Amino acid sequence: MNALPLLSLVVFTPWIGAALLALLRGASPATTRTLTLLFSLSTLALSAVLLTQFDPNSLSPQFVERHTWIVALNVHYHLGLDGLSLLLVLLTGILTPVALLASWSHLSPSPKSSPSPTLFPSLFLLLQGAALGVFLALDFFHWFLFWELSLVPAFFLIKLWGGPGATRAAYQFVVYTIGGSAFMLVGFAALFVATGTLDFAQLAQYARDGTLAVKLPGGAHQLVFLGVFLGLAVKVPLWPFHTWLPATYSEAPTGASMFLTGVMSKMGVYGFLRILWPIFPAPLHTAAPWLIALALGGVVFGAFAAMKQTDLKRMVAYSSINHLSYCLLALFAVSYATGRNAPVGPAASAALSGTLLQMFNHGLSAAALFACVGILENRSGGQRGLADFGGVRSAAPIFAGLCGVALFSSLGLPGLNGFVGEFFIFRGVFGLHPAAAAIATLGLLATALFLLTFWQRVFHGPRAGVTATAFSDLSAVELATLVPLVVLMFVFGLFPGLLTGLFNPLITSWADHLTLP
Amino acid sequence: MSLSAQYLWLIPSLPLLAAAISSLLPRRARRLSSALAIGALALSFFISCAALSTALANPAAHLTHNFTWFELGNDPVRLGWLLDPLTAFMCTMVTFVGTLIFIFSLGYMHADENFKQFFCFLSLFAAAMLGLLVANSLLLLFICWELVGLASYLLIGFWFYKPSAAAAAKKAFITTRIGDLGFLLGLLWLYDSAGSLLLYDNGHGVLEATALGALGSAATVGGLTVASAIGLLLFCGAVGKSGQFPLHVWLPDAMEGPTPVSALIHAATMVAAGVFLMARVYPLLTPDTLQVVALIGAITALLGAVIAVAQYDLKRILAFSTVSQLGYMMLAIGVGAPGAAMFHLLTHAFFKALLFLGAGSVIHAAHHEQDIRQLGGLSVKMKLTFATFAIGTMALVGVPLFFSGFWSKEAILHAAHATSGSHFPFYAALIGVVLTAFYNTRLISEVFFGHGRSRSANHAHENSAVMTTPLVILACFAIVLGFLGTPAYPWLQARLNGETAVHGHSLFEGVGLMVLSIVLVAIGIGAGWMLYGRKLRLNATSPDPLATVAPRVHAFLGARLKFDELYAATFGLLSSFLATAADWFDRYVWGGIVHFLALLGEFSGTVNREADEQGLNAGFDATSEKLRGTGQAYSRAQTGDAHGYLRFLAIGFVALALVAIFGGVA
Repeated sequence: MNALPLLSLVVFTPWIGAALLALLRGASPATTRTLTLLFSLSTLALSAVLLTQFDPNSLSPQFVERHTWIVALNVHYHLGLDGLSLLLVLLTGILTPVALLASWSHLSPSPKSSPSPTLFPSLFLLLQGAALGVFLALDFFHWFLFWELSLVPAFFLIKLWGGPGATRAAYQFVVYTIGGSAFMLVGFAALFVATGTLDFAQLAQYARDGTLAVKLPGGAHQLVFLGVFLGLAVKVPLWPFHTWLPATYSEAPTGASMFLTGVMSKMGVYGFLRILWPIFPAPLHTAAPWLIALALGGVVFGAFAAMKQTDLKRMVAYSSINHLSYCLLALFAVSYATGRNAPVGPAASAALSGTLLQMFNHGLSAAALFACVGILENRSGGQRGLADFGGVRSAAPIFAGLCGVALFSSLGLPGLNGFVGEFFIFRGVFGLHPAAAAIATLGLLATALFLLTFWQRVFHGPRAGVTATAFSDLSAVELATLVPLVVLMFVFGLFPGLLTGLFNPLITSWADHLTLP
Repeated sequence: MSLSAQYLWLIPSLPLLAAAISSLLPRRARRLSSALAIGALALSFFISCAALSTALANPAAHLTHNFTWFELGNDPVRLGWLLDPLTAFMCTMVTFVGTLIFIFSLGYMHADENFKQFFCFLSLFAAAMLGLLVANSLLLLFICWELVGLASYLLIGFWFYKPSAAAAAKKAFITTRIGDLGFLLGLLWLYDSAGSLLLYDNGHGVLEATALGALGSAATVGGLTVASAIGLLLFCGAVGKSGQFPLHVWLPDAMEGPTPVSALIHAATMVAAGVFLMARVYPLLTPDTLQVVALIGAITALLGAVIAVAQYDLKRILAFSTVSQLGYMMLAIGVGAPGAAMFHLLTHAFFKALLFLGAGSVIHAAHHEQDIRQLGGLSVKMKLTFATFAIGTMALVGVPLFFSGFWSKEAILHAAHATSGSHFPFYAALIGVVLTAFYNTRLISEVFFGHGRSRSANHAHENSAVMTTPLVILACFAIVLGFLGTPAYPWLQARLNGETAVHGHSLFEGVGLMVLSIVLVAIGIGAGWMLYGRKLRLNATSPDPLATVAPRVHAFLGARLKFDELYAATFGLLSSFLATAADWFDRYVWGGIVHFLALLGEFSGTVNREADEQGLNAGFDATSEKLRGTGQAYSRAQTGDAHGYLRFLAIGFVALALVAIFGGVA
């Protein structure tokens, strides 16, 4: 057992930063920026420490902190980290500083344009800590606190610094997500009443040995499943619970869009993997054929709807729906095949590994794409229509190169990070549900179509629209935003083992022990 | 010289390294970038020669080196390199022809401001293609296959500021990706059934007896075996890449790229990849699959030749001739003669590279004029280009005995004749022979004979040695390569089959067929000469003789049988319909439901408020009046500044969390 409560440090260091910045509202812009970056980088630094001590072969959570908290409710303060959590902590650690760099101008704005000079960074660090809490909490009680608390800073970030439709989008985002979460809360209240615990591992154990089915018989079990499912489905989002997403992502300021798509959308997928699947294996299995259809809806309609968008941010937002649907498709296919006589281990481990890789890689590429659209917006005075640009590649070749890498990574080009996850999701899904894999290829085609349209209309052709006059190439801060992401796209595209090494034993044990209670 | 399979990775890696370095160089580093590209590829050529000599020493062996890419589940994902005669011949050809094309580009692209970038992309292209050739894993092959797609996208759209080039690049990428989706599904199916994607792996590879037996006996829908279904899906990929009907539409548009790119894509590399793939997975192909392959090949061979007859653009004529020749190669695979297919692939690579570079030489000299009606009379002004172009044309047409194309085409015709299956491919191939001779005679007559019909043609003059030397070298190979595979001594086919002994027949075995094809070539050339050579075009606007005979047919052929229009009206419409439907559903159906729920919430809120205000609150109002005084005291704490609240919210929030945690611990 480690002397230092490392995981608590991971979660609360950003919050300490947030509090500090809130108190230091008179600090100079340089101090504010330095402090913000330092505190946001704490996650990455602590992850490095975690990585040196992490043992991928141990299947149970590590660095566990478990303390009695509220005795009357049997609530424990329970943090722990396994391969899945570590992957997402790493992702948060990488994306938060980068997202802050993308919103560099918000970090120390002129007093007039912004409500308070340190509000933006404080909110951002609050958001970061809440997301980390979600990835590390192992007891529903504070897991849900983190889950809901992440909405508050996100709401203000969107409302105060967003585009013209921001207020409406922010309200829609919060009300919609809370609407989903309310069902989840009720579901867990029912679980608590039935079992007397809110500990994820304990509940999963009850699910495995059949206790849960006894304590929550018949229809109640289904209803509770449905409630928890709704909360998570809205968050990811699963098609057709996604209508809040395009407006929210496109109205949010660049850095917030990057964080929303890069990290917050993973909270939903994480919830599916950590909560819904282990605690409700049987109802999930029963619902799987329908859920596969919904995931396919996201894959195919998400991609086709993106083709129709003329607002670049909305287009990237829709592509996120498409990419995250692959993750859910894989999980549902695994659940669908659970209990089958034929061996499904290899396909299931491919599907699940693909899901984890896709979560991480989508975080990198979608965040990079939002950063690119933000860079375009900065130069066009807020315009970001497909037709507002032309020939950017002539005007800003370095920007074009980096954005091109991000586009092709999102498109799933081999050699870049996006391919590996997608390929193994397809490999797994094909083994478990071939027809679903075949239909999902339509999404691959449509993705290529709209991303290349984006690239062609904005970067190719003669210089036109905003680009026709002065259009500068990347500044140092913009380079610092994009270059790390692009480098990581190559690194994880060529050496996916760096990531799978963290979670392969875990995934393998999941895939080898697929059973229904 | 010998080379262990372990070091095979050097062949693609050198150009890849060159591409990586030159992508980081500044734009002005023209010499360094081009020197890197040419040097790396030339070095790869020498390594390929070593690989070839190793492979030929024991042609039946499949030398492999497999390694783990990363851990996944209980079976790690493994990739590998493979050395056998097929790989070795292809690598040697690609590196050799590629190097010549690179050198030619030095002259051709001299004035381009993105010169450095061009060589970077060329190297990337070569690296991807070579990676595809040395792959011992279908996954690695697919990875490189997609990278070839990327490189072709970058090169076709090299002049990206031209909207037509940008559109052509996208079209090539999307069209080939349609085929690639089939390839992907085939790959997944194979992975799932065989548990591996390694081709050869000491008896566990997918092309080895155990896996083939299992795949060939497992049945799937419609009476197909799993092996047939997988074969057909893999063939989809080949159809896309190799420009086979019905996915051939991208290939002529790809002419928007600089001419050396056309030579690289249409002769040595990209389009050959599909034929190579089929030859590579040949052991997996069942009779059912082969029948389809032969049929598609035959249709493509005929289609390409027919369309080529009515084109006016020099490069497009060559593009359609590529489509047609690729059809011949596929046809050969389909009738069970992968050796003949590879023979034709190799000879075609040389003479088609020669023709494209020759066309490049003409276009460069004629100030980027590539309409054959505007050219003319170049045989006098560009003697060397004319001589080498003529050799290339004769090889393509199959002029007997002294030209490589004759022997490789002969091998295909013999195989198509000998097949036990349908004879449609054979007859299609024969008609193709006549048409090929015909449109090439037209091409030569229009471009090189008579008088120049435009200022650019009149001012053309021969290019520098950096451009003509590759032409001369390629012309030599366009002649001598044929002797590698004559019926008297079919050395190449034997080695590709893994045999060390060469079973020669008489040079004149099946002489009847040979005579027939010679007669057909003569008919084609004769007809072409009658229509175009004898009475040369007077000026650029005078009508084509065929257009006067059958104007509507000619126009239809000229419009490439309206395939583009057909696809736009079907698939294009379908996809934009789907996009509109998806968007509409989001806005109105799902969005509508959400709005309805919101309205419902608002309505119930209103009802509640009214009830509270009118009913309950009235009594409380009096009480609250008294409380107001107390409230005023507290209200001073409230600044009304929302952001002040937020700040305290944040602080309080953190403090609470800390108290809760550490308090809870105690």
